[in-house]
Amino acid sequence: MELSISIILGFMIIGAIYAIHARDLLSAVIAMGIVGFGLVICFLLLKAPDLAIVQIVVETITLVIMVAVVLDSTRKEIEVKTDMRSILQQVITFIFFAGLVYFFLGAIDNLDPLGAHTLRMSESYVTGAVEKTGSVNLVTGVLFDFRAYDTLGEAVILYTAALGVLTLLRIKGKKT
Amino acid sequence: MEGMSTIVKKVTQLLAGIIFIYGIYIVLHGHITPGGGFAGGVIIAGAFILLILAFGSSALNLKKEVAGTSNTESVAILMVVILALMALLFGAKVFFSNFLAKGEPGELLSAGVIPLYNIFIGIEVAGAILTIFLALVIFKEEDSK
Repeated sequence: MELSISIILGFMIIGAIYAIHARDLLSAVIAMGIVGFGLVICFLLLKAPDLAIVQIVVETITLVIMVAVVLDSTRKEIEVKTDMRSILQQVITFIFFAGLVYFFLGAIDNLDPLGAHTLRMSESYVTGAVEKTGSVNLVTGVLFDFRAYDTLGEAVILYTAALGVLTLLRIKGKKT
Repeated sequence: MEGMSTIVKKVTQLLAGIIFIYGIYIVLHGHITPGGGFAGGVIIAGAFILLILAFGSSALNLKKEVAGTSNTESVAILMVVILALMALLFGAKVFFSNFLAKGEPGELLSAGVIPLYNIFIGIEVAGAILTIFLALVIFKEEDSK
């Protein structure tokens, strides 16, 4: 399983890098789709169907909206000239990247293998959730009972996002 | 936005209802099978978005719809807060406590208030995503006039 997840993660990284450097914005949007749908397969392999359902629907809807936006607007990316400053920034980024890779490789030896991490706090959630909440689906039990404040916050964030879009794109105020 | 060809319209007419019912199934069975309010709400919104994309925004009166969706999501988020406040009156008198009977785990009618939260969160998510989509569509129409 680790091998297949690594292959999919490699594809996702290639897709993300291509999305940054693509000249055509439509192919950049499609390449971002690789990242989203690769994440869906990763969720399914890691036995998280709840997240996979949300991710696959949200990814499809976002991709449709993004493709519609790109087709209606310009498809060319703005040309950015490379000067001394951007080369310096790239060198600094590469040095930080190399340093992070070095320290992460050192830290990886002390980590537990994938999927076998120790459960301290969440052990009582996993074992006692069914009789505490009555919900067979553990994820829903956690979402609406143990972490209900979190869920209320998420719903309010979505509400605020819709309110913000309606305010920014208001129809009546624009005509004055 | 223009509508698409007759084939797309016919297939969409056949599929949109099935997708809508599947979203309702995901919401109602959120405490038994994978899914829940967030996933089901997005699927329900997807059924409407499919219809709008296939038939074009000019064929439908979308200005009335955007008022409806924004009202729906406001009422749904209010109902979630009211459900949480009702827990202060009954049972353990704690915000967000599960004050209804838990029932047999695995049944459709079980887990107390969790299915109710699922339903209202599902309506909220569907309303919010549809509102954002309709606002973008209507803004484009208004701009081109």
